[in-house]
Formats: sequence, C-alpha cells, structure tokens
Amino acid sequence: MTRDLDLLLPSPHPVELIDPTGQTVAEAAHELPDDAALLRAFAGLTTARRINDQAGALARQGRLAVYPSSHGQEACQVAAAQVLTDDDWLFPTYRDTAAVVIRGVDVAEAFLPLQGAWHSGYDPHRYKVAPQATPLATQLLHAVGVAHAARLRGEPTVALALCGDGATSEGDFHEALNFAAVFRAPVVFLVQNNQYAISVPLARQSVAPSLAHKGIGYGVPGERVDGNDVAALLTVLGTAMARARAGEGPQLVEAHTYRMQPHTNADDSRRYRQDDEVAGWVQRDPLTRLETWLRQHDLLDDAQLAAVTADADQLAARMRTELARDATPEPAELFAHVYATPTPQLVEQAAVVADELSREDEH
Amino acid sequence: MTSTATTGTVGHEKLTMAQALNRALRESMAEDDSVVVFGEDVGALGGVFRITDGLTAEFGDTRCFDTPLAESGIVGMAVGMAMNGMRPVVEMQFDAFAYPAFEQITSHVAKMRNRTRSKVSLPMVIRIPYAGGIGGVEHHCDSSEAYYAHTPGLHVVTPANAADAHRLLRAAIASPDPVVFMEPKKLYWTKEEVDLGAELPGIGRAMVRREGTDATLIAYGPSVPVALEAAEVAAQEGRSLQVVDLRSIVPFDDETVCAAVRSTGRAVVVAEAPGFASVASEIVARVTERCFHSLAAPVRRAVGFDIPFPSPKLEHVQLPGVDRVLDAVDDLQWDLS
Ligand SMILES: Cc1ncc(C[n+]2csc(CCOP(=O)(O)OP(=O)(O)O)c2C)c(N)n1
Ligand SMILES: [Mg+2]
Repeated sequence: MTRDLDLLLPSPHPVELIDPTGQTVAEAAHELPDDAALLRAFAGLTTARRINDQAGALARQGRLAVYPSSHGQEACQVAAAQVLTDDDWLFPTYRDTAAVVIRGVDVAEAFLPLQGAWHSGYDPHRYKVAPQATPLATQLLHAVGVAHAARLRGEPTVALALCGDGATSEGDFHEALNFAAVFRAPVVFLVQNNQYAISVPLARQSVAPSLAHKGIGYGVPGERVDGNDVAALLTVLGTAMARARAGEGPQLVEAHTYRMQPHTNADDSRRYRQDDEVAGWVQRDPLTRLETWLRQHDLLDDAQLAAVTADADQLAARMRTELARDATPEPAELFAHVYATPTPQLVEQAAVVADELSREDEH
Repeated sequence: MTSTATTGTVGHEKLTMAQALNRALRESMAEDDSVVVFGEDVGALGGVFRITDGLTAEFGDTRCFDTPLAESGIVGMAVGMAMNGMRPVVEMQFDAFAYPAFEQITSHVAKMRNRTRSKVSLPMVIRIPYAGGIGGVEHHCDSSEAYYAHTPGLHVVTPANAADAHRLLRAAIASPDPVVFMEPKKLYWTKEEVDLGAELPGIGRAMVRREGTDATLIAYGPSVPVALEAAEVAAQEGRSLQVVDLRSIVPFDDETVCAAVRSTGRAVVVAEAPGFASVASEIVARVTERCFHSLAAPVRRAVGFDIPFPSPKLEHVQLPGVDRVLDAVDDLQWDLS
C-alpha cells in the first residue's frame, strides 16, 4: 500500500504545547492533555527525577555497578509509561529504568541488573515490560513481533519501543521500521534524541533532516516533538498509540531532548562537550516547565507539591534500603536457567561449582 | 610471520597494556599513511578504554574518526577501504557488540582472499576488547574468540602483557591478512616495565612464560596471569608448573605447545570461555593427537562453564581461578606415575 508523502512527513518543527518558560504555546496544532493527565505526569516527573538522583548517588557510593541516567529526559520516561494501557507492552533500553518503574515494575526488581545481581530483575509478562535491552536497536524488532502476534491473536495490544538517537544508525532500527510497516504492526517507536551516543554528537550520526524523517522510506509516518514538554509527548504518543490500536499501523516519534549527565557514571563527558552546552539545557528542564504551567493554572499549590515530593522521597528511601540488600541469586541458578531442562553437562558443572564454593567457605 | 618489527622505541619504561596499544597505533599511523582507525567513540573520547586517545588530535580526523553507530557498517566499510589500498584498524566497543558485524566478518573479511584466489587481500585489523574480570554488566564480558577462531581466513591474536600488546598489534597492522585482535580488558590497566624495542616473536608464535617440569599450563589472554599465579602457588606446594602463553590462537603454534607438553608429560588448558566447542577443546584435541605417547594423563581443562556470562556479583563463579586450575592439575593422575 502506498502512502501520500504528506501524511508521512513530520511537522516542520517539533510539536510543543507548553514552552520552556511554562506558557501554553499559542495556536498549537494539537490539544493539551486534560488536567488530570498533566497532574499525573507531574507526579511522574518528580518520581523520575528522584529515581535518577538517588540512583546516581548509589552508583557513586558503589552500590550500583553502573547507572545510565535519564536526567533531563524524564518527560520521555513519564510519557512512555503513561500512554500505555494494561494491554500494552513497553520495550525499554538500559537508560529507561525510570520509565520501567513508572510503568509499575517494583523498584527493587528494576534495579537488580544495575546492582550487578542478575541480567533482568522482573517478570516481563507480569508487567508487560520487556527486559531492558543493551545491544542497541535489537529490541525494536521484538516489539514488532509482540505487536504482530497480538494482532494475529486478536488482542488490543500496542507495543511502544524505545531507543536512542545513536541506535537509529543500527541495521535493526531500519529492519524494525520496515517490518512494522509491511505487517502493519501496532507498534510505536519513540526515539529519545538526547543529542549524543556516548561521545558522538547527532551530527556525526545522521545528516537526515530529522530522525523522524527516517520513517518515510519505509512508509511509516514520522513526528517530532519537544522531548522536554511532557504535554506534547503525551498528546503525540497518545495519538500514535490510538492510531496503532485502531489498525492504522506503526508510527515513528522523535523526541528532542538532552542527556544532562555523562553517558553513565563511568563516562567523562568533558572530553567531548562543553559545560555551557549542558547549562543551556537547564532552561528547558521538563519539571520546572510543567510546574510553572500547573501553578499558573491553579492546578498545583505548595501543599500538593509537598505531597508529590513526599511520595518521591518515600520511593527514594525504599531504593536506599532495598538496594543496600544483597539480592544476588544463588550460584546454582546460573545453571538452572540456560535450558528448560539442564543438559547433563550443566548438571555436572553445577556440582563442580557447589564443590568449589563449599571448599571456599571452609577456608 | 616470525620476523621482528623494529619499533623505533628503545629503552625500558612503565606502560599499561592500554598505553602500549596506543603506542602501537601511533607508530603504525606515523609510518604508514594508509593506516586509518575508526569505530564508535574512538575520536574525541579516545575510545571507552582510551586505546585511541589523542590519535585524532595528532593525525587529524581523516586518520582516526568516529562513525555512525553500526558495527556491520564499520566492518563492511573497512572491507571496502582495505580493497582500495588502505589498512583499516577498527574498534568494536565490546565483545558482544561485535555481533552485528558477524556477517561481514565471517562472510567477507574471512573469505575475500579465498573467493578471489588471492587477487584481493584484506589487510585490516578488528580490535575487540573481550572477556571478563572487570565486573561488567551483561554483553560486556563475552569470551567470543571461538567464533572467530572457528572461521577459516581470520587470524586471531590475543596478548597477555603490554610488550606483546604492542608487538602483536604492530604485526597485525602490517599483516596482509585480516586479524581479529582480542584485547583482554581486565589487563588494560596493568602497569609493567617494558622495552618496546626488544625483539619479540610475531604472530603465530607461543611463548613459554615460566619454566616448569611437572605439568604444563596452556593459557592465552586473560588467563595467562591466572596460570602464572597458579604456578606460583603450586611451587610453594612443591609442584613445578610450566606456563605457555599462546599469544596467537590462529595461526596455532603446535611446535612450541607440543614441545612444552612433551617436556612435562601433563597439561591443563586454562581459558575463560565456556569449555564446550571452544578454543580450549581444540587445544586439548591437538595436544592429545600430537603428544599422546608423551602424556601421563589426559589433558584437562580449567575453563568457564557452559552458561551465559553472569552478572558482576556472580562472575567469580564463572571465571577459572587459581583453585580451579590447581584442581585440574590435581586430577592429572599423579599416583600413576
Ligand atoms: C550493538 C551495540 N553497539 C555498541 C553498544 C555500546 N553502547 C552502549 S550505549 C551506546 C550509545 C547509544 O547512544 P543512543 O542510542 O543515542 O542512546 P543513549 O545512550 O544516548 O540513550 C553505545 C555505543 C551497544 N550497547 N550495542
Ligand atoms: Mg543518545
């Protein structure tokens, strides 16, 4: 099926509904989400920021093996979780732990891999959240598969797949868009364009007019959105999810945002970017923008803010206690989950390990 | 392949393996304009392990540059550049992130010479930081050497110290054939006294690292220090272990390895990779085939288990340490001799 080019093209500028100073954008092409959705988003933003701050502190203290922070990208994290119904699936990357928690995954389970205890800490079926993916763009095809299977099975599921700007260079990104389009799979791709892939700036990644334009070649409509405007994200992603659910096929959404911190706590970002570039993005902070807007519209007062903050503090306190616990599974589990039935060799090897460890204990 | 490269750097100095690799790249780039270095984050950042630190500043960004984030693209483009007179040295950021390039490596890098009856050779190097021991999260600790060693057409080289890192990388860049250069990342920061001007054997030669008379430990890359430590402990217990460092998996130095094993009559192979269908299996097979009549016991292995590499808190379970090596040595039928 061929598509009218105009329907595939992203808007000339990223969709923005609340500007960086917290004012409603005049004559926007889209409507604002309702007040309840924005209040929920504000609580989400506060939680996400707190998760990033707390995890960053735990990484510095050596309690986490590593932490790739989404500080600055919280609007994307929150919107990605908030547009999902219980039927929908989320396909997150290593940077999307905040989205995973806001989706409902228990924080201790979500952080198990970052504690260095196991590769994934939650039951993906229970939460409809795929294991966070590190090999870039690979998860996008899995999202297409889940979405396609849902269609074949008559389920109302839409898959929302996340990736970064750098990941759009990988072959799997392109294969995923094409498969989604050809099979008309109910999947939405959200690219968090945070301007960097570790040290490599977007300009070295792509010279396309925008990453959202990459959909055109596959017949996938693209849209771009101010990734620090949670209102715009909720509207654009919400529309894309609704289209996909209605059988109108996949969509690509590019969110313009910024990675405020180094790639992970192990990275030294001064080697490749200037502090004043980072400082410039403070003005576009997703939290202050929405807070200003909510206060101006009398939707948020100090008491409500205190309540939201208290909830986030409580989560942070839980992170501190939960992540101080050693939740490392027994070594025997290393051999239990390779196949449905361990091979005879694995049974043998598990016994070797048990023997090695028991002798270590004796020492 | 046994000729010795002159490095132009003489005298002893303290260097880490990372610095020695950086030096090798620098020297090769200075000597030969056709040597180009590219990959992910190798430019301004100098690579996540800083192996390419300062190369863009010194040689400009046509000689050392960041690419779009696509490993198949990196290796595929290197193939084309090597076909057209260049000597690409590409970096895969981590072992498990080389897999998107697997098709290019196995279908083209390895086969170009054969397909074209040597009309086209591919003088290129694929550098891969590999193996565990750094507390890395998933996909950052694979021992992937067997995939490459199993693919005819690829040289597979892995240094275990700074001097060899320098010597072997220089040789790899000079090689007319593609080399998969596997860098044990846990050894990147080990500082050693080295003499970069010293004459060392090139690709294809193993070296005896420690003399011993009772049994031979055969190791490569990250397992060499483990084998040496095991030999030290064994010495205190009255057992004399010889240690052979392969340096080069392909070509394999049957001569040095077999001479060593024949001299002791017993052998243990030490490697991090899961043992099943591994480089360690190949070594056991070769040694058994060639040295059977000199052996007092079956050749044993102290290797990783056949499981996906565990998370940091469990990696000690997987990695063969001194105890696992000495357990294997204990199993060499001493009571029968
Ligand atoms: C296939 C693959 N190659 C390389 C890496 C190493 N790596 C991890 S994150 C990253 C940068 C990714 O950038 P981007 O997609 O923009 O996401 P961001 O980290 O900015 O969120 C790289 C190169 C990887 N994880 N997977
Ligand atoms: Mg990015």
